[in-house]
Amino acid sequence: MSNTKIRVKDLQLYYGEFHALMDINIDIIENKVTALIGPSGCGKSTFLRTLNRMNDLIDHVKIKGNILIDGIDIYDIACDLTHLRKRVGMVFQKPNPFSKTIYENISYGPRIHGIKEKSKLDEIVEKSLKKAALWDEVKNRLNKPALGLSGGQQQRLCIARCLAVEPDVILMDEPTSALDPISTLKVENLLEELKREYTIVIVTHNMQQAGRVSDYTSFFLNGEIIEKDLTKNIFSKPRDKRTQDYITGRFG
Amino acid sequence: MVENTKIYTSNILFKKQKVNMKEKIAFILIYAVAFLTIVALLSIIGYVLINGVKYLNVEFFIQEPKSMGREGGIFSIIIGSIYLTFVSIGIATPIGVCAAIYLTEYAKENKLVKLIRFGTEILAGIPSIIFGLFGFVFFVILLGFRWSILSGGLTLAMMILPTIIRSTEEAIKMVPTSFREGSLALGATKWQTIIKIVIPSSISGIVTGIILGIGRAIGETAAVILTAGSSLGVPSSILDPTRTMSVHVYLLASEGLSKEKTFATASVLIILVLCINFLSNVVGNQFMKNTKVS
Amino acid sequence: MKKYEKWIEIFLFICATVATLSVFLITFFIFKEGVPILKSYGVFSFIFGTNWSPTNGEYGAFPMIIGSIGVTLGALMIGIPAGITCAVFLAEIAPKSMVKIFRPAIELLAGIPSVVYGLFGLSIVVPFIRIYILPIIQKFHPNAYTSGYSILAGAMILAIMILPTIVSISENAIRSVPSEYKEGSLALGATHVKTITRVVLPAAKSGIIASVVLGMGRAVGETMAVILITGNMPKVPGGILDSVSTLTGTIAMEMGYATPTHQKALFATGIILFVFIMFLNMTATFTMKRMGEK
Repeated sequence: MSNTKIRVKDLQLYYGEFHALMDINIDIIENKVTALIGPSGCGKSTFLRTLNRMNDLIDHVKIKGNILIDGIDIYDIACDLTHLRKRVGMVFQKPNPFSKTIYENISYGPRIHGIKEKSKLDEIVEKSLKKAALWDEVKNRLNKPALGLSGGQQQRLCIARCLAVEPDVILMDEPTSALDPISTLKVENLLEELKREYTIVIVTHNMQQAGRVSDYTSFFLNGEIIEKDLTKNIFSKPRDKRTQDYITGRFG
Repeated sequence: MVENTKIYTSNILFKKQKVNMKEKIAFILIYAVAFLTIVALLSIIGYVLINGVKYLNVEFFIQEPKSMGREGGIFSIIIGSIYLTFVSIGIATPIGVCAAIYLTEYAKENKLVKLIRFGTEILAGIPSIIFGLFGFVFFVILLGFRWSILSGGLTLAMMILPTIIRSTEEAIKMVPTSFREGSLALGATKWQTIIKIVIPSSISGIVTGIILGIGRAIGETAAVILTAGSSLGVPSSILDPTRTMSVHVYLLASEGLSKEKTFATASVLIILVLCINFLSNVVGNQFMKNTKVS
Repeated sequence: MKKYEKWIEIFLFICATVATLSVFLITFFIFKEGVPILKSYGVFSFIFGTNWSPTNGEYGAFPMIIGSIGVTLGALMIGIPAGITCAVFLAEIAPKSMVKIFRPAIELLAGIPSVVYGLFGLSIVVPFIRIYILPIIQKFHPNAYTSGYSILAGAMILAIMILPTIVSISENAIRSVPSEYKEGSLALGATHVKTITRVVLPAAKSGIIASVVLGMGRAVGETMAVILITGNMPKVPGGILDSVSTLTGTIAMEMGYATPTHQKALFATGIILFVFIMFLNMTATFTMKRMGEK
């Protein structure tokens, strides 16, 4: 039995006059990986960023409709933004560690949420790095600058940083597009582990990646969801002609 | 697609949190400090203007100062300020513009050019009293120019040179390479290209630099008092000493001669600075427009 | 044809070297005039001598060094928090329409002549300290006295004067922090203020330090404002309400009537000032270069 973690109802998003997302309706299932695919500029990243309200940072963005996480509307006035973002973590396209040490990067989140004891922080740092499969590589240099790590390590550090605040949902915006194939593989393997505990939504350009890592896939085109289904169905027997065109590489 | 969905409510997750007071207080503090700062800054201008503008009239501008500036106007002082500013700008502009042309169009990145850039930067940071000391020993004493418009003008020219070099360089860098290539492809020499294409396209940037230089020359006091003196007469030649408006404000204020004349002269200075700022903004905007079209 | 192009290039090159040559000339002459007395009087006794009494041939510059350091530190204590807060406000918090008013206002204030700031300090800040601050101090120390001309007055005015430098350079540094850093922090649930204090400011650190160092250079080198408000007493101050002389103020005040030896002593004072400011400016330049390389 699967539970809906996030339910999106009739979501509309405007950048000024531009209608960027149209009538988005989707249920995102708990402890599964949902992939969002589609050509550049189709709105998939924009949609992802509505889920933790990162679009609030951009001027002139108007949003209508509802996004319910665990049944609570996250655009409700009563919803605490920082709490939402603690619950819904995000990993960005380009690894973006702070120019601090590895330890400080991971402990940053817990610290701003009020954890001060060193022993507790140590524990969180170790646990998060282990979950992100990075612990063995960095355990002897936790006090070295994070920017000294390789790109792949940096990205896993960002995943660990995100895990350290104990989210339920992890949003990933093309997390491997800046990585080499081996690092990509490591991150993909990590997803397999992580989905046991977390609900994951991943935007990807890479169709094979979507096929490998996700349970569900939604195909975005020009701000609309054209098709959403189990990944195996989307890739074997898409119902819509446009989905088929995209998957077989005819555009995008 | 999935039939057995259930929306369950765990209100621990998103229960309404107490409004984050700390965040609010921090925001209020930042706003307060920013506004206080701007108020403090603007009140300086406001205070001087309010106390000075009421004494401004035609006589003040056309009468000579009497009894050390206690009475009368500031005619000779205006003449002296203009004279000194013209001399310094007249010296600094050609040198500064040529220097900027060299640095942007000719210079190759070698050690010598690096040294030149570094020297220009250093010159910009030297405090005015040091310029004054130098001008005093070099122009006034060694070259025998005495306290004069020439000594003061040369000293000021050194001070405003970095300003003119920098803004001219910025302006020339904005000229698209395609302009130069177009001219060179027609068989023009490098110098023709610079004179006919590059300089005209960056003229308003250069003018902005000159205007800023004028502002600095008008406001300068310490260097001028040590090199151009503080004589109250109308200067008849470039070798005469003179007194500028800022020097006048300083002497009146420090000797407590006349509050009225002090503030009147200071408000003339502020009004001039306001005009200069306005002018440089207008010219600067013009420049932005011109380069955008291209 | 080619030959004449070559000559032009040589001419432009000469113009480009003027600024750097000026720096060498200034350095050379300041040292040439000042070093002999440092030698004959003794560097140590010049720098650490506490008695400045030119009529008796005593040249201890220590009181002025302390005076300059005192007003500068005071100015930084007020100017750094206010300046960085304003920079944060402009770069991170203020709506665009407000930035459009604030930034030109701050630029304008950078252009106001320093003698005007001095005039404001003389007629507002000095009486304010004498009339309002002194009675408060006297409640705790009945024997306290101040004329108002003091380190505190100098520090308050200098703080305002260095604000434009600190605000504009820090604002640039804050704006150039990559937005990925900010997003990374916000996505972890950090509030805006926490993101600023924990991520943005640390990342903009070198630019902010450079702005402070440059502001410090401006404060140390400032002459006309401090001369009007610090009282010009060449004595080592006992507290922030005491009158002091600064390095710059002493030079400007005494140069006009100095005997030859006294003049040399003022040049030696100039050397101290020059070395100090060169050190600060180079620190700032290198900090900013490092920032650029990152």
